[in-house]
Amino acid sequence: MSKDIRVRKGLDLKLKGEAEKQLVEAPAPKVFAIKPPDFHAMVPKMVLKEGATVKAGEPIFYSKYDEKVKFVSPVSGTLTEIVRGAKRRIMEVRITPNGTSDTLKHNVGTLNTMSGEDVRALMLEGGCWPFLIQRPYSIMANSEETPKSIFVSVYTTAPLSGDADFIVSNKMEAFQAGITALSKLTPGKVHVGVGKNSSISSLNNAVIHKVKGPHPAGNVGVQIHKIDPVNMGERVWTVNAEDVATIGDFFLTGTFTPERTIALTGTDADESKRKYYKTTIGAQINSIIGTVDTDKTRIISGDVLTGDKLSNDQFINYFYNTLTLIPEGNDYALLGWLPFTRNNVPSNAGTSFAKLFGGKKKVDTNLNGEERALVVTGEMEEVMPMDVYPMQLIKACMAGDIEKMENLGIYEVAPEDFALIDFTNTSKLEAQEIIRNGLDLMITEVG
Amino acid sequence: MKWLRSKLDQARKPFEPGAKFEKYAPAINAFDTFLFTPNHVTKKGAHIRDVVDLKRTMITVVLALVPALLFGMWNTGAQYLYQEMGLASVLDVPFMDAFIEGAILTLPLIIVSYVVGLTIEFIFAIYRGHEVNEGYLVTGLLIPMIFPVDIPLWMLALSVAFAVLIGKEAFGGTGMNILNPALTARAFAFFAYPLYMSGNAVWVHQGDTDAVSGETILGSLASGQFDGTVDGGAASSVAFSGPAPAESSVLSGIDSMDMFMGYIPGSVAETSALMILIGAVILIATKVGSWRIILGGVLGGLAMGAIFNFFGNMGSEFITGLVESGKITMDQVYNDAAAVQELNLSGWDATLMELGTNQLINFPFWQHLLVGSILFGVVFMATDPVSAAQTFKGKWIYGILIGFFGIMIRIFNPAYPEGIMLAILLMNVFAPTIDHYVIQANVNKRKKRAKKAQVNLQTA
Repeated sequence: MSKDIRVRKGLDLKLKGEAEKQLVEAPAPKVFAIKPPDFHAMVPKMVLKEGATVKAGEPIFYSKYDEKVKFVSPVSGTLTEIVRGAKRRIMEVRITPNGTSDTLKHNVGTLNTMSGEDVRALMLEGGCWPFLIQRPYSIMANSEETPKSIFVSVYTTAPLSGDADFIVSNKMEAFQAGITALSKLTPGKVHVGVGKNSSISSLNNAVIHKVKGPHPAGNVGVQIHKIDPVNMGERVWTVNAEDVATIGDFFLTGTFTPERTIALTGTDADESKRKYYKTTIGAQINSIIGTVDTDKTRIISGDVLTGDKLSNDQFINYFYNTLTLIPEGNDYALLGWLPFTRNNVPSNAGTSFAKLFGGKKKVDTNLNGEERALVVTGEMEEVMPMDVYPMQLIKACMAGDIEKMENLGIYEVAPEDFALIDFTNTSKLEAQEIIRNGLDLMITEVG
Repeated sequence: MKWLRSKLDQARKPFEPGAKFEKYAPAINAFDTFLFTPNHVTKKGAHIRDVVDLKRTMITVVLALVPALLFGMWNTGAQYLYQEMGLASVLDVPFMDAFIEGAILTLPLIIVSYVVGLTIEFIFAIYRGHEVNEGYLVTGLLIPMIFPVDIPLWMLALSVAFAVLIGKEAFGGTGMNILNPALTARAFAFFAYPLYMSGNAVWVHQGDTDAVSGETILGSLASGQFDGTVDGGAASSVAFSGPAPAESSVLSGIDSMDMFMGYIPGSVAETSALMILIGAVILIATKVGSWRIILGGVLGGLAMGAIFNFFGNMGSEFITGLVESGKITMDQVYNDAAAVQELNLSGWDATLMELGTNQLINFPFWQHLLVGSILFGVVFMATDPVSAAQTFKGKWIYGILIGFFGIMIRIFNPAYPEGIMLAILLMNVFAPTIDHYVIQANVNKRKKRAKKAQVNLQTA
């Protein structure tokens, strides 16, 4: 069964530095780390102490407020260091692999005959639960709740981003098993959004939606909004495409093998190295990019719109399939505000010819201006395909007006849906941060 | 460029955080960032950003204003010199003479407006500790463009100060104001110094002297004395077929082409429909001005004008009927009030009599757009994004109502022929209300959907 979704508003940024669709094995990282801040609003409680030996798939910490959710080690080795930040918050749990493949094996039955409760228990125990993201709020799913439906997007529209379709096309069997497992967690349906030329043509236990349109059409939030929008009090879960395959693999083999495919993109990455790398969740980035000069180059785990800024020797984000290297734009531009100049910088505005002079653009991290009061209207709506009023919602979040946020659709959005607004808005407003703070306020006030 | 940069970096040193003049950093930043787009990089959120910033946007508006401004300078000089020199037509004035005369007359207005306004902006930026917003670059140019040329400079300065302080900073500065600051300045001057802002004498330099007349088309229409050319059906209407005024005015012979090109008296730079349309094209093509507001305003104005034309026509026909039945002669309609009284018209008939002879009502609806400042207002004032409606649907409603009320006030209240100023200020006040209802529709849709989901859940 397949239904079409057409998205009209949005913006496809054409940037230089895409990764070639060729899968290669990444060198084995020397250190791995699971970073609790990757799971927003989750507070970790350690199971193991520094120096303990762990098997791959063995729990290393669990969620303090949802104790059934266990986070497991991606490799076997030694827990060498727990890195703490301000207020002793745990930032990283580092594990040095010992080279063996000592793996914790779970007793999984036949997936097709398994009950939903069994699937749930196995995922919690086996370390697959943190892959489930809940909408509203864009946080980890609660182990006590049941979602009305589950969404997976296999359509990538974000600029310079690892193509989810290409990544799962290499692991279709596991992907199908993962979909089957997910379908047992909800009384509703599993919806899979795919692109026009997708490698996925049919799936059991899921509804396929063909999605067409510019970014953010590939964002799962946009697809939820078009298919089965979230109302107040409802829960929808989303899972990233490759993580579905990891869950499926877990149910096929009984072991947690957190494979992560990373696309290396961006103009500061050597063209010959811009490929898809097969590595493991928590890998240290120097295994792929070595050491770069961070004064000149920005390392981003994730895509240029939503990723995290990293420094050398740090670790990939738990969820992202992309590692981007772009130049830092810390230079001046003489009279850079003159209309119709600097057309080499991508732009959605009419005061630049960037859109007319087609072709891919090289980007850097310059802010291209300074923060100002909100003056221009109508530009946010152009890149927001959801039926929400973005500027009004942002203002409600800034004011902390809970009733207004609720009315304007805060339950339907995630920060990533506002990434293009970050990019396009004239006032250089940090829309993603404002929405994140708004969502956090909703978590504490409404839950 | 490197040399300039290092000089600037040196000059900035006392203003860096921790240094002596740290507090005054916004002032030096305003100059620095004017020369160089700064080297700031993204810290959070999206790592890459669009090239557009508020400076670029505001400068684009200034660019869009330039054709109207340059034409305005020429026209200001030409209107004065052609009467002073006793020439037959505005176009007979040597081009450079007119332009230089106009520049001499208008530049002081522009300088005063910028100096007073920017000083207040800088003071508030330092006081509040934020960067200087670029909005005043546009406001400061708009204000002299919509004032009569002979306004005393201190009045202009006072109007600017009022607009920036009370119209803008009192509400929290750029982005927070409810009323358009440029129109606030004009409204202040209009009500505080009406003698300098309206009437027959102010619209041309030295218009109050015997040698020069400062009449505008709207003024003469309001008093029923317009003897220029009107086109279309209106040319044959009763209102325009009356006897010419005893003394033919400077406006006789003006036709719709003159009005379109802008060879007519008026505020400094609002007369040329052509130049304003060029500005409109720039604003719409760069997406800086909302085409919804501009088109809405034009359509609203045309619709209201057409409605009045319709009633004017009815009046015309009524009067023609009376004349044909021999009850009164055409001449008496204009010149013999007693004869009109004798007809003992009452009720609707009396109204028809009025409608038929009112020049403003019978002025062709499309020509209404060419005279006065309605086009200038709709293109440059109504599109101010801060004081306009913010939703797409809201912008349509807002624009249409501005056109509607602009023409309505112009026709109904001849004391305020410049109704568009009042119409925009009125709609500025109502813009949040319009947005509220547009957004409420979205909210209701969401609530309805939630309710339906609830019902489905219970029945399932």
